[in-house]
Formats: sequence, C-alpha cells, structure tokens
Amino acid sequence: MSFTTHDPHQAAEHDAHAGHDAGHGAHAHPKQTFVRRWLMSTNHKDIGTLYITMSIIGACVGGMLSMIMRQQLMYPHNTIITNGNEWNAIITAHGLIMIFWFVMPALIGGFGNWFVPMMIGAPDMAFPRLNNMSFWFLAMGFIFVMLGLTLGSGAGAGWTLYPPLDNAQYSPGVATDFSLFSLHLAGVSSLLGAINFIATILNMRAPGMGMHKMPLFCWAILVTAFLLLLAIPVLAGAVTMLIMDRNFGTSFFEPAGGGDPVLFQHLFWFFGHPEVYIMILPAFGIISHVVSTFSRKPIFGYLGMAYAMVIIGFVGFVVWAHHMFISGISTDSRVYFEVATLIIAVPTGIKVFSWIATMWGGSIEFKTPMLWAIGFIFLFVIGGATGVVLANAGLDQELHNDYFLIAHFHYVLSMGAAFAIFAGFYYWIGKMSGHPYPEFWGKVHFWSFFIGVNLTFFPQHFLGLAGMPRRYPDYADAFAGWNFVSSVGSLISGASTIVFFYILYRIFTSKEVLADNYWGEGATTLEWAVPSPAPHHTFEDVPVIR
Amino acid sequence: MQRRFSSAIGLGLLLAFAGHAAMAQAADPTAAADTYVNAPHNWQMWFPVAGSPMQARIDWLMQYVLWIMAGVVGFVGVLMGYALWRFSAKRNPVAGHVTHNTLIEVVWIVVPTLLLFVIIFPSLNLIFYEADDSNPYMTVTVTGHQWYWEYSYNAVPGLDYTSYMVPDNQLKPGQIRRLSVDHPLVLPIGEKIKFNITSGDVLHGFYLPSLGVQRYAIPGTIVTSWTLIPKAGTYYGQCNQICGLNHDAMPIEIKAVPMADYLAWVKVAQADYTQNNVPTTPITAPPANELADAAAH
Repeated sequence: MSFTTHDPHQAAEHDAHAGHDAGHGAHAHPKQTFVRRWLMSTNHKDIGTLYITMSIIGACVGGMLSMIMRQQLMYPHNTIITNGNEWNAIITAHGLIMIFWFVMPALIGGFGNWFVPMMIGAPDMAFPRLNNMSFWFLAMGFIFVMLGLTLGSGAGAGWTLYPPLDNAQYSPGVATDFSLFSLHLAGVSSLLGAINFIATILNMRAPGMGMHKMPLFCWAILVTAFLLLLAIPVLAGAVTMLIMDRNFGTSFFEPAGGGDPVLFQHLFWFFGHPEVYIMILPAFGIISHVVSTFSRKPIFGYLGMAYAMVIIGFVGFVVWAHHMFISGISTDSRVYFEVATLIIAVPTGIKVFSWIATMWGGSIEFKTPMLWAIGFIFLFVIGGATGVVLANAGLDQELHNDYFLIAHFHYVLSMGAAFAIFAGFYYWIGKMSGHPYPEFWGKVHFWSFFIGVNLTFFPQHFLGLAGMPRRYPDYADAFAGWNFVSSVGSLISGASTIVFFYILYRIFTSKEVLADNYWGEGATTLEWAVPSPAPHHTFEDVPVIR
Repeated sequence: MQRRFSSAIGLGLLLAFAGHAAMAQAADPTAAADTYVNAPHNWQMWFPVAGSPMQARIDWLMQYVLWIMAGVVGFVGVLMGYALWRFSAKRNPVAGHVTHNTLIEVVWIVVPTLLLFVIIFPSLNLIFYEADDSNPYMTVTVTGHQWYWEYSYNAVPGLDYTSYMVPDNQLKPGQIRRLSVDHPLVLPIGEKIKFNITSGDVLHGFYLPSLGVQRYAIPGTIVTSWTLIPKAGTYYGQCNQICGLNHDAMPIEIKAVPMADYLAWVKVAQADYTQNNVPTTPITAPPANELADAAAH
C-alpha cells in the first residue's frame, strides 16, 4: 500500500507552474466560459465537482423532507401533514433522493471521479464525454423525481415501489411515471458511470501499479462499479415492466392478468440489496484511507481488505430475498437467505478489525476526518449488529417493516454512508479547493451531527420493538414519548447542517493556501503528490510507480 | 303513602335497569377479553408481553442474538477505544509498521464464523416452528382492503365481516386511539388458529406484534401464518405495508375469549355478520379439527 512516486512529481510540478501563473490551478488552460466549463465538461475533476454539488442539493432536499416528517411525527395526532397521499409522496421522495441524489453522487460520482484517476495516475477517466453524459442524466433524473413529488397527489408507493399500489389503478396520474422514469435516468447514469470506472481502473493504471498495489478506494469503486453493472439492468427491467403495466396494459405484476406482485419484489431486491453495498463499499474505501492517514500507518491486511470487499460484493448478490421473509417465500428459502445473509458478517468483520489493527501501534491524530471515520466504524458496527438481528428470518417476522428496521438502515446509511461522505469531504476538500476547512468548526459539526443522529435513530429501536410500523403519519399515543425524542434529535442534526454550510463558506472565502500533502507522512496515495488544489489536468506525463 | 309508592317505583326501575345492564353484559360473549389488554405503552423499550408461544420464542431468540451482538459491539468499542487512547499521537508519537499478522487475521475470520453457528441453530429452529401451520383448530381468512380488514371464518359458513378503525372523533371510553376497531377479530383461546392472508387490492401487512405474527397480504395469492393465544384478552396489530392514503388507519384488534364464549359469539355473529346470500346453519359444537375433517373426505 505504500507508493513512492517518481515521475508524478515532475508532472505535478509542470502543472503547478502553469497553474500558479493563472493564480489558480483550475484555470491553467485558456479560460473557458461558464457554459463550456460546467455544462459541457469532460474533465473528471469538474464533473466530480458537479456530482458533489448535486449531492449537496440532494441532501438538502432529502433532509428537508425528513425534517418535515420528523416534525409531523413529533406529536401524535399532529396536523402538519393531514393527507396520507402527501405523506406517502414525501417518504417516497425522501428515500429515492437520499439514495440516488445524495449518497451515490457523493461517493461514486463525486469522490470517485475526483480521486480514482488521480490515485491510479491516470490523466482522466477513460471516456470523458460518457462521464459528462452520466452526470446530466442524473441531473435530469432529479428534475423528474421532484416532479414525482410535486405533481398531482405525488408518487406515493414508497421508494421500494411495490405494485399494485403504484399501478395505474391505485396511483393514477403522471407523478408515479415521473418517479419511475427518474429511476431510469439515475440508472442509466450509474450504468454509464460504472462502465467508465471499470474501463478506467482496469486499463489506465500507471505503469507499476498492479491491481494489488491499487489504493483501497479504487478497489471499492471497482467492486461498486461491477455491482452497478450487474444490478442496474435488473432494476431497469423491473421499472420498465411497471411502466408497461401502468401505461400499455401489460400485466407483469397484475394478479388479474396472471402476473405476480411478488415477482417485482424479487426483481427489485435483486437490484436493491447490491444497491446497499453500492452505497457502503465506497464508504469503506474512504474510511480505509482516512484511518491509515491519521494513524500514520499503512492499512493493515491490505489484501484481506480488498478481497473482503470483493466477497461482500459477490455474496451481496445472493441474499436479496431477506427483504421478503414475510412475502410468503418458502421455509427453505427463508433458511437459505438467512444463512447467506449472516455470512456477510464475516468479511465485514475483517474490515472492521483491520481498521482497528491499522490504528493499533499507530500515532493517531484526531483531526475532523478521523473523528468522522471513528464515528463511522462504531455506528456502522451498531447498524451491522442490528443487521445480524434482522437477518434472522424468525425475528424478522416480528421486526420486518417496523421502526427497528428504520433504525437499522439509518445507522448504516444516515450514519454509516453519511459519516463516510463527511470524512471524505474533510479529508479531501483541501485537495479539491486548495483551502483548509476550519478545524474547530469541523469538530463542532461532527459532534453536533453525532449527537443529533443518535438521538434521532437510537430511540427508533425502542419504537420498533414496541411495534410501531413504518410510513405512518399518525400513530397510537403509546408511541409518543420516543417519537418526541427522535424529532428533537432531527432538529439537532438540522442545526448541525447549518454549521456545515458555515464551514463551506469559510472554506471558499479562505485565503490560506495548502501544501501538496497537507496531512503529512500518513497520506501516501498519488493525489497527495500533486498540488492543492489539484490542477485542471494531472498526470499528463505518465507517472511510474516504483 | 305517595312518597313510599314513588320510591318503590324508583327502586323497581333501578333494579330493572341494573338487571338489564347485567343481562347486556352477559349477552356480550367477548366481555372476557376486556379483562386483559395487551397494548403498547409509552416509553416502551422492549417487545410487548408475549401473547403467544411464538412471540415468547421470538422474544427469547431476540434476547439471545441481541446479547451476543451487544457483546460484539461492546468488544469492538472497547478495542477501538483502547487503541485510540493508547496509540494517540500524544502517547505514541512514532507509528509502528506492522501491517500483517496471519494468526490474528485467521482468528478474526474463524471466531465470527463460530459465533454465526451459535446464532444460526436456534434461529433455524424458530423458522421451522413459525412455518408449522399444520393441524390447526380453525382457519380464518384475512383479507386486506383499502383501508380495512375483512375476516372470514372458514369453518363457519358465511361468517364474514369487515373491521374498520374507530375514527378519532368517535372513540368511546376504554378504546385506544388508532388501535381500536368497530368489529374485532374474535378467536378462542388455547387453540391453534391458522391465518390465510390475502388482499383484495394492494399489498397490506398483517402485523400482530404481541403475537409474533406478520405476513404481507398479497393480492392473487394466499400467505399463511398461525397463532395460539393462551390468555383471554385484547391484542392489537396494525397494517405494516404501505397501502395508500389511510395506511395508518387500518389497525387489527383481536379479542381472545374462552371456547364457550367464542361459540356463543359465533351464534350472535352469524345473525349479525353473515352475508345475505349464504344460508346460516347455527353451530352447536366446536368445528371439527380441519385436518381430521379433510382426512374424512
């Protein structure tokens, strides 16, 4: 895992000079118009920036929706939302937006675009125009999902889109069609992105960088890209069948026409479960880099770490029906899917223990990115533990679809994936912008968010055990206490987001300029060999890895 | 004289009234279920009190798995906490270089695997226990609708009725907001009851937390589950699969009563609930065991 670079420094210096002449690395080349640079971009860094911007917008909209939901649920018999359709449209849009327009663009499109080419010593992605197209498909998809939220009574079948609720009879109007097409757009975007990452990583590594020398973030993105490549077409098929059922009189999922609603669940989760790992594997990659950097130690058990991700990706494809334990699947299926699911705990354990072993014997600095990484590991382990509980088909019969499940997947996503996104953000923002983030406020952001999300989601375990179902705008009075605590927690997370925007403001108004490798000896990957901010073009001369 | 007469009438009226009330109470065969109510309570932190052997087993396995996982979380937390404390830059200014240790890497693969075996065996037992809906005393077909439940007693010809949530503004004393219904599902205690769960429109979720039962109601197919309620009482459940506008307003209420009361209720219910086109044949004996019945045919 340790790289010494020879040529990249020359290349980097070359770029740096050009960059300094123009005063800013990104303006090294003849100045492009705004439209040319941002709407027609073929540069992996600019496209990465566009993706990160998209994810910030997605997080704000999705987060705003969750704030509305938590305010409604603060008290029983609350009247912020009085119409069930409105509520269903909000929960549907919250789920879709957080997954496809916050987590994925941040981890894969954003950090993946920015750092995969740099880490492997490539000048850009393999297909720059395809890269541009990926982004704009996603941006158009966002418009569609917002239309799905706002048109008519909204698309309200939940992000899982189970028919028959979203067929033409029970969800008339164009809103549901817009939401379905938004998944097509986001799906095509991910698919093209996946093709691009696979081609880039397999073909454009600098001489000397064998697969087994590649940084773990690149491994994570490579496995993720394969998951996308295999899972997205299945989603596209299922969504197409739904659109056909809605608009062209087919009956793939209509019992009256010989179709089967459970078939959709199989297809959806054949995509949906790998999707879970699509969201968390890049996070694993980021956490490995952050833990290694701030422990000033190379990652422990590099090969085990890389192949644990490969195994998670592989097994992730054969466990989908653990989302369907109560859909009437056979007893033997329940046994198989439970056992297969539990097996994933083993490679996940390898990752967690290897992170701790990386810290072991290190010299740990508690900078903001490291705090997020530590928070990630601990909260992800809690989410993983409740995941093991839910994997038991016998227990899922009680816990399925109640708030215990909500708590579980928010521990791995709202805390897991989101913490990794923030870890990556604070880790790399200096490389991307050239300016440091304010350390004090970074820590304020971490602690306020940590308290907020734990207060929001930990009590939801209790609500689930007591039997509160998900997707309810109003609930029995017995659930009032913990719901109130949970809503207070969401207000704290919301306030914490304001701190994040203040940090963004401080970063972009900062005059301070950072060194190439502002983290010091712990940061060993190639992006630290180029100036900060990384110039518009890096590695125009191919670096050689020794 | 007149005063005495009027008080005699008053007393007589009072007696008649009380007698009527007592009769009314005796006439409600599900009254036994009111003595025990198994409903969620505020600040609840664990499962409901187990209302069925199935839920008791789920509760046991949950504690078993959760304690193991709490041990894992605690171990990881302590390990990481110690590493962060001991190897902070303050205490350990110079980082080591160990990046491999085959033994420990094997250990952290083997130990979690063994732990999974410890979980898997009781867990698989529970799956088979939950799946065993054979040989029930009776079967109730449960049909989810937007937004009410329909209960059909397979052994009682024509007994089929709907169950709606009591709206917030029509709650009577003793009813629970968002959980009480107009016509509860009435079941005999101590007998194995099989549910044939289906739907008339979209997906619904037949979810009874205190009995450990949950299945999707899926149109076009029947998904089965079962329960056995030892104790007379009122048990609640809710729809747990998004089903549109009033997803949160189609709770389930079960009144479990002794067999004699159940049979008395069936007679009343047949008069009240039986569909017009189905001939009623009041039953006097418990319906025969279904499997024996099937074997006889």
